[in-house]
Amino acid sequence: MSSAPPTLNRRSFLKLTTAAGGGLMLGFRWMSAAHHGSHAVASFKPNAFLSIAPSGQVTLLNQNPEIGQGIKTAFPMIIGEELDVAWEDVKIKQAPLDTENYERQVAGGSGAIRSSYTTLREAGASAKALLVAAAAKQWGVKASSCTTANSTVTHRASGKSLSYGELATSAAKLSLPKSVKLKDTSEFTLLGTYVPGTDVPKIVTGEQRYGIDTKTPGMLYGAITNPPEHGQKLGKVDDKAALAVPGVVKVVSWPDKVAVLATNTFAAFKGKDALKVSWENGPIRESSDRLSKAFADAIGTKPDQTRRKVGNVERALADADRVIESTYEVPFLPHAPMEPINMYADVRADSALINGPMQTPANARKVSARITGLPEEKITTEMTRIGGGFGRRLKTDFVEDAVNASKLAGVPVNIVWKREEDMIFGNFRPAGYYRYRAGIKNGQVTAWHLESSSITSRGAVVHNNYPNGAIPNYQVDVHHIPSPVSTGAWRSPNHNVCSYLDQSFLEEVGEALDKEPLAFRLELLDRAESDPQGKVDYDPVRMRGVLKAAAEMANWGKPPAGQSQGISVHFSHHSYVAQVAQVSVKGGDLKVHKVYCAVDCGQVINRSSSENQCEGGVVDGIGCAWFGDMPIVDGASANTNFHTYRLIRMGEAPDVETRFLDTGYPPTGLGEPALPPASAAVANAIFAATGKRLRQLPFVKNDLSA
Amino acid sequence: MAQYTLNVNGEDRSVEADPAMPLLWVLRDLLELTGTKYSCGIGQCGTCTVHLNGSPIRSCSFPISGAAGQSITTIEGLSAKGDHPVQEAWKEMDVPQCGYCQAGQIMTAAALLESNANPSDEEIDAGMTGNICRCGTYKRIRSAIHLAAEKGGAK
Ligand code: FES
Ligand code: FES
Repeated sequence: MSSAPPTLNRRSFLKLTTAAGGGLMLGFRWMSAAHHGSHAVASFKPNAFLSIAPSGQVTLLNQNPEIGQGIKTAFPMIIGEELDVAWEDVKIKQAPLDTENYERQVAGGSGAIRSSYTTLREAGASAKALLVAAAAKQWGVKASSCTTANSTVTHRASGKSLSYGELATSAAKLSLPKSVKLKDTSEFTLLGTYVPGTDVPKIVTGEQRYGIDTKTPGMLYGAITNPPEHGQKLGKVDDKAALAVPGVVKVVSWPDKVAVLATNTFAAFKGKDALKVSWENGPIRESSDRLSKAFADAIGTKPDQTRRKVGNVERALADADRVIESTYEVPFLPHAPMEPINMYADVRADSALINGPMQTPANARKVSARITGLPEEKITTEMTRIGGGFGRRLKTDFVEDAVNASKLAGVPVNIVWKREEDMIFGNFRPAGYYRYRAGIKNGQVTAWHLESSSITSRGAVVHNNYPNGAIPNYQVDVHHIPSPVSTGAWRSPNHNVCSYLDQSFLEEVGEALDKEPLAFRLELLDRAESDPQGKVDYDPVRMRGVLKAAAEMANWGKPPAGQSQGISVHFSHHSYVAQVAQVSVKGGDLKVHKVYCAVDCGQVINRSSSENQCEGGVVDGIGCAWFGDMPIVDGASANTNFHTYRLIRMGEAPDVETRFLDTGYPPTGLGEPALPPASAAVANAIFAATGKRLRQLPFVKNDLSA
Repeated sequence: MAQYTLNVNGEDRSVEADPAMPLLWVLRDLLELTGTKYSCGIGQCGTCTVHLNGSPIRSCSFPISGAAGQSITTIEGLSAKGDHPVQEAWKEMDVPQCGYCQAGQIMTAAALLESNANPSDEEIDAGMTGNICRCGTYKRIRSAIHLAAEKGGAK
């Protein structure tokens, strides 16, 4: 299916100049400022640049940090598609932070491509129009008689052709076209194809630098010590033994942190281990046992917030022929990116440089200004490639560490958290306890009530997802249990848990009604479509599309001999993903053989990284649900490294087959949406295999032997 | 502190270091070969894998004193032009996501193919089990190892 080219219902803002050294330079604006109407016209300043050099090389300044989701390759693909450029001519550079000019410089929320798609296409199409106009002028022919392909303009009738490089300088002297026509998606030749990541050649030789690799003359390596228990405050620091370690130069501290600075990482770690620090306890000495009890006790009491209320759940439950009730519990999870937390800072008297793996550089600069007392424009902010984030690097605590340490020590520092520090003191995915009640009357689900207890005030729930819209009485209440454990966004926040819960409990309800899992889901979607109850944020048609596709891919209902199937579907970050998992359970041991993954994320940009994101999301979703656990015992995180915090390994990772549905929609998020449905697809398959409903995560807490 | 000489990627290098300093930090901080990465520091993840006399070791848990006088290969020295069959296969399969674990994966895979030129899926799973990829690129790693085997694997 193709879709009509988008009509440009807003003015595009472009600025054309001649590049230094010849060639064309096109400045343009990302996103929102382009919608500001006349105000923006007067103050228009480009915030991204596309240049075409006389050599033919096309360069795009990239504004978003690369974290593994592939945008560094996807952005130039989008421009290149409209520009009809030979892919090998395109180069991309990471831009340093410029908040005045770059708006969306955040790797999080799977939104980078969605927010930039049309702008990038317009820029590419405008540059192409200029090149064609320059060629037409030179040949004295009509622009419409020229075609473009492979970085070349050709005049069909005469067969004359000129390369983009040859045309770039003269094109720069023309005036910009008033409007440009974007391609119909059926004309795409680059988007949707397999293009390897631009940094891969450097990654496979070890040449690619990450934040942890930053080294400058005179720099010290800093090992950070955080409170060993959640909620503790720094007491006294005895650094005598640390300073006696050869290579240790300085020990500095500031509220609730200590940094040991040394000439190499080994000495810094050794010095850190030699520190004698006293810590003062906070008001609560947290434990998972305390939390579990407090969570459970809160259920059924007056909620702190009602996140969604449609109809009258209590009345419908009272009226029901039958009420199904279940409780689920999920643990804290650390982010555990493979690249440990690190950051470089060089704070001087009148300026500072911060450089490292940040997901929110604009915030990082703001906190650095606060700590140093310098104005923001004196703080140069540079980003490195990021060795995994999963949400952890949206925070700026580690930036504060580097800035504080450099400021106090008076030298440039690259701080690193030992793996143990990252595990102990992370910003965890919140633990939570959830009670579901569903009312059934006359063979229909009439009420759905979810109550959550968690340590976040918003309840760690997704309140507006499927199956709401299909059930006349629907309510989501949350109870807030304060805790000193700090939490943060964790890949696909709240969705990663709620997809598991909703899609598991849904099957419990379906089972009570004696409905086949796929048919039951489709039936509810039909109801949400034909007679929506309350505001429905997802599109039942698109959700049905992925469900049917996943079922077809997996030959649903006919698993391979000895295996069982489970299905799941979820909507997040504007994308729809359905999955079928095939598992077997022998002697209590789980094996996940295969996961079929059907995705509607609109237009696929780079098929290679898109499939990779889906494969990774499925593996991550399954791995964390299977093994991921972070109990809190006597105030502290109990799993301090990968020997006890189990991550999924090669032999446990299933084969994943992905299909993208061609629905004609513009591109939506893909860095996260494949993760949420995976755990429930596996859990539902485990139920099919064993009759056991896993209501407590991780899976390994449940005995699967018969 | 003591003086050590070791052969790194075909070159003799001398360093002065604490005998207990893991090879990982010798490589990264003293020799500035940052392709070898730190992740867990306790031998659990494989991210820091290098070859010692051709065999894979966890450089985070291997003291310099044990490596003196021997020959070390890091990701930077696996091939002169980044064209070892394993590297070629990794590029062709577009394996990496964040990429941070991949140097360790590649070094482990290269050693695996050295000892088993044509491993089965099960042998790959067993041989690679010590290497964690948080991004979940396992499927592509498996395919890339098969592809590298076809390309002449160990070379
Ligand atoms: S860093 Fe050496 S095994 Fe993890
Ligand atoms: S590619 Fe990110 S950890 Fe493996």
